[in-house]
Amino acid sequence: MSEAVFEQIREHLAGAAREAAVAHGTLALLIEPERLLEVVRALKDRFGFDMFLDVTAVDWPQRQPRFDVVWHFYSTRERVRVRLKARVPEADPAVDSLTGLYGSARFMERECHDMYGIAFRGNDDLRPILLYEGFVGHPLRKDYPKQKEQPLVPYRTNEAAK
Amino acid sequence: MTAGAQERRPSAAFEYLTTRKDEFVGWARKFSLFPYPFVTACCAMEFMSVSSTLYDTDRFGAALPRFTPRQSDLLMVVGTVTHKQAPILLKVYEQMCEPKWVIAFGVCASSGGFYQNYAALPGIDKIIPVDLYIPGCPPRPEMVIDGIMKLQDRIARDRHPIINETF
Repeated sequence: MSEAVFEQIREHLAGAAREAAVAHGTLALLIEPERLLEVVRALKDRFGFDMFLDVTAVDWPQRQPRFDVVWHFYSTRERVRVRLKARVPEADPAVDSLTGLYGSARFMERECHDMYGIAFRGNDDLRPILLYEGFVGHPLRKDYPKQKEQPLVPYRTNEAAK
Repeated sequence: MTAGAQERRPSAAFEYLTTRKDEFVGWARKFSLFPYPFVTACCAMEFMSVSSTLYDTDRFGAALPRFTPRQSDLLMVVGTVTHKQAPILLKVYEQMCEPKWVIAFGVCASSGGFYQNYAALPGIDKIIPVDLYIPGCPPRPEMVIDGIMKLQDRIARDRHPIINETF
Protein backbone atom coordinates (compact mmCIF):
# COMPACT_ATOMS: atom_id res chain seq x y z
CA MET A 1 0.00 0.00 0.00
CA SER A 2 2.74 2.41 0.94
CA GLU A 3 4.67 1.45 -2.21
CA ALA A 4 2.13 3.24 -4.38
CA VAL A 5 2.52 6.45 -2.38
CA PHE A 6 6.30 6.16 -2.45
CA GLU A 7 6.18 5.72 -6.22
CA GLN A 8 4.09 8.89 -6.59
CA ILE A 9 6.46 10.84 -4.37
CA ARG A 10 9.44 9.55 -6.27
CA GLU A 11 7.93 10.56 -9.58
CA HIS A 12 6.93 13.97 -8.33
CA LEU A 13 10.34 14.70 -6.83
CA ALA A 14 12.40 13.04 -9.54
CA GLY A 15 14.09 16.32 -10.36
CA ALA A 16 14.98 17.19 -6.79
CA ALA A 17 16.12 13.85 -5.36
CA ARG A 18 19.56 12.54 -6.19
CA GLU A 19 18.87 9.13 -4.72
CA ALA A 20 15.69 7.48 -3.57
CA ALA A 21 15.37 4.13 -1.86
CA VAL A 22 12.97 2.38 0.45
CA ALA A 23 14.78 1.31 3.62
CA HIS A 24 13.02 -0.33 6.59
CA GLY A 25 9.63 0.73 5.23
CA THR A 26 10.67 4.36 4.92
CA LEU A 27 11.30 6.24 1.74
CA ALA A 28 14.74 7.82 1.96
CA LEU A 29 15.58 10.68 -0.36
CA LEU A 30 18.94 12.32 -0.80
CA ILE A 31 18.45 15.93 -1.83
CA GLU A 32 20.51 19.03 -2.46
CA PRO A 33 20.36 21.31 0.57
CA GLU A 34 19.26 24.25 -1.62
CA ARG A 35 16.09 22.43 -2.64
CA LEU A 36 15.05 21.49 0.90
CA LEU A 37 12.19 23.96 1.29
CA GLU A 38 10.80 23.16 -2.13
CA VAL A 39 10.82 19.41 -1.41
CA VAL A 40 9.32 19.72 2.06
CA ARG A 41 6.61 22.02 0.81
CA ALA A 42 5.68 19.49 -1.85
CA LEU A 43 5.61 16.69 0.72
CA LYS A 44 3.46 18.70 3.06
CA ASP A 45 0.98 20.19 0.60
CA ARG A 46 0.67 17.39 -1.90
CA PHE A 47 1.19 14.19 0.10
CA GLY A 48 -0.10 15.16 3.52
CA PHE A 49 3.16 14.97 5.49
CA ASP A 50 1.74 17.09 8.25
CA MET A 51 3.92 15.77 11.06
CA PHE A 52 7.54 16.73 11.49
CA LEU A 53 9.17 13.95 13.48
CA ASP A 54 12.79 14.86 13.90
CA VAL A 55 15.85 16.53 12.54
CA THR A 56 19.28 15.24 13.36
CA ALA A 57 22.66 14.90 11.72
CA VAL A 58 25.31 12.31 10.96
CA ASP A 59 29.00 13.10 11.18
CA TRP A 60 31.30 11.46 8.62
CA PRO A 61 34.69 12.82 9.67
CA GLN A 62 36.56 11.41 6.65
CA ARG A 63 34.03 12.46 4.05
CA GLN A 64 33.60 15.66 2.06
CA PRO A 65 31.09 17.20 2.64
CA ARG A 66 31.28 16.08 6.24
CA PHE A 67 27.71 16.16 7.57
CA ASP A 68 24.41 14.58 6.65
CA VAL A 69 21.44 16.47 7.96
CA VAL A 70 18.49 14.07 8.31
CA TRP A 71 14.81 14.93 8.56
CA HIS A 72 11.91 12.60 9.20
CA PHE A 73 8.29 13.27 8.28
CA TYR A 74 5.08 11.37 8.79
CA SER A 75 1.90 11.58 6.79
CA THR A 76 -1.14 11.00 8.94
CA ARG A 77 -3.18 10.72 5.75
CA GLU A 78 -1.09 8.08 3.98
CA ARG A 79 0.42 6.66 7.18
CA VAL A 80 3.92 6.53 5.77
CA ARG A 81 7.23 8.04 6.70
CA VAL A 82 9.79 9.84 4.59
CA ARG A 83 13.40 10.51 5.40
CA LEU A 84 15.30 13.35 3.76
CA LYS A 85 19.05 13.66 3.76
CA ALA A 86 21.19 16.55 2.63
CA ARG A 87 24.96 16.88 2.75
CA VAL A 88 26.56 20.01 4.12
CA PRO A 89 30.27 20.87 4.39
CA GLU A 90 32.16 21.49 7.62
CA ALA A 91 33.08 25.01 6.53
CA ASP A 92 29.47 26.11 6.25
CA PRO A 93 27.19 23.60 7.97
CA ALA A 94 23.97 25.44 7.28
CA VAL A 95 20.57 24.50 5.92
CA ASP A 96 17.26 26.29 5.71
CA SER A 97 15.04 26.22 8.76
CA LEU A 98 11.68 24.47 8.61
CA THR A 99 10.16 26.73 11.25
CA GLY A 100 8.02 28.40 8.57
CA LEU A 101 6.36 25.08 7.75
CA TYR A 102 6.37 23.25 11.09
CA GLY A 103 6.32 25.06 14.42
CA SER A 104 7.84 22.05 16.17
CA ALA A 105 11.00 22.51 14.13
CA ARG A 106 11.98 25.35 16.43
CA PHE A 107 13.01 23.09 19.31
CA MET A 108 14.31 20.20 17.26
CA GLU A 109 16.59 22.44 15.27
CA ARG A 110 17.92 23.86 18.52
CA GLU A 111 18.87 20.37 19.65
CA CYS A 112 20.56 19.58 16.35
CA HIS A 113 22.44 22.86 16.60
CA ASP A 114 23.53 21.93 20.16
CA MET A 115 24.80 18.51 19.27
CA TYR A 116 26.25 18.92 15.77
CA GLY A 117 26.62 22.64 15.24
CA ILE A 118 24.33 22.69 12.22
CA ALA A 119 23.06 26.22 11.60
CA PHE A 120 19.46 26.65 10.51
CA ARG A 121 18.92 29.75 8.42
CA GLY A 122 15.69 31.38 9.50
CA ASN A 123 15.49 29.93 13.02
CA ASP A 124 16.05 33.02 15.14
CA ASP A 125 16.36 31.11 18.43
CA LEU A 126 19.28 28.68 18.39
CA ARG A 127 20.10 29.02 22.06
CA PRO A 128 21.27 25.81 23.79
CA ILE A 129 18.32 23.61 24.69
CA LEU A 130 19.92 20.47 26.15
CA LEU A 131 23.34 21.97 26.74
CA TYR A 132 24.01 25.10 28.73
CA GLU A 133 25.30 28.56 28.01
CA GLY A 134 29.06 28.52 27.87
CA PHE A 135 29.43 24.99 26.54
CA VAL A 136 32.21 24.97 23.96
CA GLY A 137 31.93 22.64 20.98
CA HIS A 138 29.35 20.13 19.82
CA PRO A 139 29.43 16.88 21.78
CA LEU A 140 28.03 14.49 19.16
CA ARG A 141 30.60 15.43 16.57
CA LYS A 142 33.13 12.64 16.19
CA ASP A 143 36.04 14.93 16.99
CA TYR A 144 34.63 15.94 20.40
CA PRO A 145 36.81 14.13 22.99
CA LYS A 146 34.74 11.30 24.42
CA GLN A 147 35.39 12.08 28.09
CA LYS A 148 35.70 15.84 27.91
CA GLU A 149 33.61 17.52 30.60
CA GLN A 150 32.75 21.15 31.03
CA PRO A 151 31.52 21.36 34.62
CA LEU A 152 29.46 24.33 35.73
CA VAL A 153 30.29 23.85 39.42
CA PRO A 154 33.97 23.74 40.32
CA TYR A 155 34.94 20.34 41.68
CA ARG A 156 35.77 20.00 45.37
CA THR A 157 39.43 19.66 46.08
CA ASN A 158 40.89 17.29 48.67
CA GLU A 159 41.59 20.29 50.88
CA ALA A 160 37.93 21.34 50.92
CA ALA A 161 36.85 17.78 51.65
CA LYS A 162 38.58 17.76 55.03
CA MET B 1 -9.02 22.81 99.89
CA THR B 2 -5.74 21.31 100.84
CA ALA B 3 -7.41 18.44 102.57
CA GLY B 4 -8.54 16.85 99.31
CA ALA B 5 -5.34 17.58 97.35
CA GLN B 6 -3.54 14.44 96.40
CA GLU B 7 -0.19 14.05 97.83
CA ARG B 8 2.49 13.87 95.13
CA ARG B 9 3.95 10.42 95.39
CA PRO B 10 6.97 9.17 93.51
CA SER B 11 6.08 6.46 90.98
CA ALA B 12 7.72 3.12 90.98
CA ALA B 13 10.68 3.71 88.66
CA PHE B 14 12.32 5.80 85.93
CA GLU B 15 11.45 9.21 87.28
CA TYR B 16 14.87 10.36 86.16
CA LEU B 17 17.36 9.03 83.63
CA THR B 18 20.92 10.01 83.20
CA THR B 19 22.59 9.80 79.81
CA ARG B 20 25.30 11.42 77.78
CA LYS B 21 24.19 14.42 75.74
CA ASP B 22 25.67 13.12 72.48
CA GLU B 23 24.01 9.76 72.89
CA PHE B 24 20.68 11.34 73.66
CA VAL B 25 20.77 13.82 70.78
CA GLY B 26 22.13 11.16 68.44
CA TRP B 27 19.32 8.79 69.43
CA ALA B 28 16.77 11.50 68.73
CA ARG B 29 18.30 12.51 65.43
CA LYS B 30 18.75 9.04 64.05
CA PHE B 31 15.02 8.34 64.26
CA SER B 32 13.85 11.62 62.81
CA LEU B 33 15.54 11.77 59.44
CA PHE B 34 13.55 13.96 57.10
CA PRO B 35 14.68 13.08 53.61
CA TYR B 36 14.65 15.46 50.67
CA PRO B 37 14.43 13.25 47.59
CA PHE B 38 16.47 14.82 44.80
CA VAL B 39 15.19 12.37 42.24
CA THR B 40 16.42 12.61 38.68
CA ALA B 41 16.34 9.24 36.97
CA CYS B 42 15.27 5.62 36.90
CA CYS B 43 16.44 4.95 40.48
CA ALA B 44 13.26 6.82 41.41
CA MET B 45 11.33 3.59 40.82
CA GLU B 46 13.40 1.85 43.44
CA PHE B 47 13.05 4.83 45.74
CA MET B 48 9.27 4.56 45.45
CA SER B 49 9.50 0.87 46.17
CA VAL B 50 11.66 1.29 49.25
CA SER B 51 9.55 4.09 50.66
CA SER B 52 6.17 2.45 50.15
CA THR B 53 4.40 -0.32 51.98
CA LEU B 54 6.35 -3.44 51.10
CA TYR B 55 9.72 -2.19 52.37
CA ASP B 56 8.66 0.98 54.15
CA THR B 57 11.41 3.29 55.32
CA ASP B 58 8.91 4.60 57.86
CA ARG B 59 9.96 1.73 60.10
CA PHE B 60 13.35 3.41 60.39
CA GLY B 61 12.05 6.87 61.05
CA ALA B 62 13.08 8.10 57.62
CA ALA B 63 9.83 8.22 55.77
CA LEU B 64 8.38 11.67 55.57
CA PRO B 65 9.82 13.34 52.51
CA ARG B 66 10.04 17.10 52.75
CA PHE B 67 9.86 18.83 49.42
CA THR B 68 11.75 21.81 50.64
CA PRO B 69 15.40 21.52 51.59
CA ARG B 70 14.88 23.88 54.51
CA GLN B 71 12.81 21.33 56.40
CA SER B 72 14.95 18.31 55.69
CA ASP B 73 18.18 16.96 57.04
CA LEU B 74 18.84 14.01 54.74
CA LEU B 75 19.54 14.72 51.08
CA MET B 76 18.91 11.62 49.00
CA VAL B 77 20.33 12.08 45.52
CA VAL B 78 18.56 9.44 43.50
CA GLY B 79 19.79 9.07 39.94
CA THR B 80 22.12 10.64 37.42
CA VAL B 81 23.07 14.25 37.94
CA THR B 82 24.14 16.10 34.82
CA HIS B 83 26.50 19.02 34.63
CA LYS B 84 23.53 21.19 33.78
CA GLN B 85 21.81 20.11 37.01
CA ALA B 86 24.87 20.39 39.22
CA PRO B 87 24.26 24.05 40.19
CA ILE B 88 20.71 23.12 41.25
CA LEU B 89 21.93 20.26 43.43
CA LEU B 90 24.52 22.52 45.03
CA LYS B 91 21.89 25.15 45.77
CA VAL B 92 19.57 22.58 47.34
CA TYR B 93 22.41 21.32 49.52
CA GLU B 94 23.35 24.81 50.60
CA GLN B 95 19.73 25.57 51.56
CA MET B 96 19.64 22.72 54.07
CA CYS B 97 20.23 23.51 57.72
CA GLU B 98 22.86 21.81 59.82
CA PRO B 99 23.03 19.03 60.78
CA LYS B 100 22.61 17.41 57.38
CA TRP B 101 23.57 14.17 55.73
CA VAL B 102 23.81 13.12 52.10
CA ILE B 103 23.10 9.72 50.58
CA ALA B 104 24.22 8.94 47.03
CA PHE B 105 21.50 6.53 45.96
CA GLY B 106 22.60 4.27 43.11
CA VAL B 107 25.75 4.05 41.11
CA CYS B 108 25.14 7.16 38.97
CA ALA B 109 24.94 9.46 41.96
CA SER B 110 27.91 7.66 43.53
CA SER B 111 30.33 7.77 40.63
CA GLY B 112 28.55 8.63 37.41
CA GLY B 113 28.02 4.94 36.75
CA PHE B 114 28.49 3.99 33.14
CA TYR B 115 28.25 7.60 32.04
CA GLN B 116 31.61 9.08 31.24
CA ASN B 117 30.90 11.83 28.80
CA TYR B 118 30.12 15.49 28.24
CA ALA B 119 26.76 15.31 30.02
CA ALA B 120 27.06 13.48 33.34
CA LEU B 121 28.62 14.55 36.60
CA PRO B 122 30.94 11.69 37.64
CA GLY B 123 29.61 11.36 41.16
CA ILE B 124 27.94 13.98 43.31
CA ASP B 125 30.90 13.94 45.72
CA LYS B 126 32.67 16.06 43.11
CA ILE B 127 30.54 18.98 44.28
CA ILE B 128 29.05 18.13 47.70
CA PRO B 129 30.24 15.93 50.57
CA VAL B 130 28.60 12.51 50.69
CA ASP B 131 28.06 10.49 53.87
CA LEU B 132 26.83 7.25 52.40
CA TYR B 133 27.11 5.59 49.02
CA ILE B 134 24.60 2.94 48.00
CA PRO B 135 25.80 1.08 44.89
CA GLY B 136 23.59 -0.76 42.44
CA CYS B 137 21.84 0.02 39.22
CA PRO B 138 19.38 0.39 40.80
CA PRO B 139 20.06 -0.74 44.38
CA ARG B 140 17.76 -3.32 45.90
CA PRO B 141 15.44 -1.92 48.59
CA GLU B 142 17.25 -4.11 51.11
CA MET B 143 20.49 -2.33 50.26
CA VAL B 144 18.86 1.05 50.77
CA ILE B 145 17.47 -0.01 54.13
CA ASP B 146 20.87 -1.37 55.09
CA GLY B 147 22.37 1.95 54.04
CA ILE B 148 19.89 3.95 56.10
CA MET B 149 20.60 1.77 59.13
CA LYS B 150 24.34 2.25 58.68
CA LEU B 151 23.81 5.99 58.53
CA GLN B 152 21.67 5.81 61.67
CA ASP B 153 24.43 3.93 63.45
CA ARG B 154 26.84 6.62 62.47
CA ILE B 155 24.52 9.39 63.63
CA ALA B 156 24.03 7.60 66.94
CA ARG B 157 27.77 7.27 67.49
CA ASP B 158 28.57 10.77 66.25
CA ARG B 159 29.31 13.85 68.29
CA HIS B 160 26.43 16.31 68.35
CA PRO B 161 27.70 19.69 69.41
CA ILE B 162 24.74 21.92 70.23
CA ILE B 163 26.80 24.98 69.46
CA ASN B 164 29.51 24.82 66.87
CA GLU B 165 31.19 27.09 64.34
CA THR B 166 28.25 26.93 61.92
CA PHE B 167 25.42 27.06 64.41
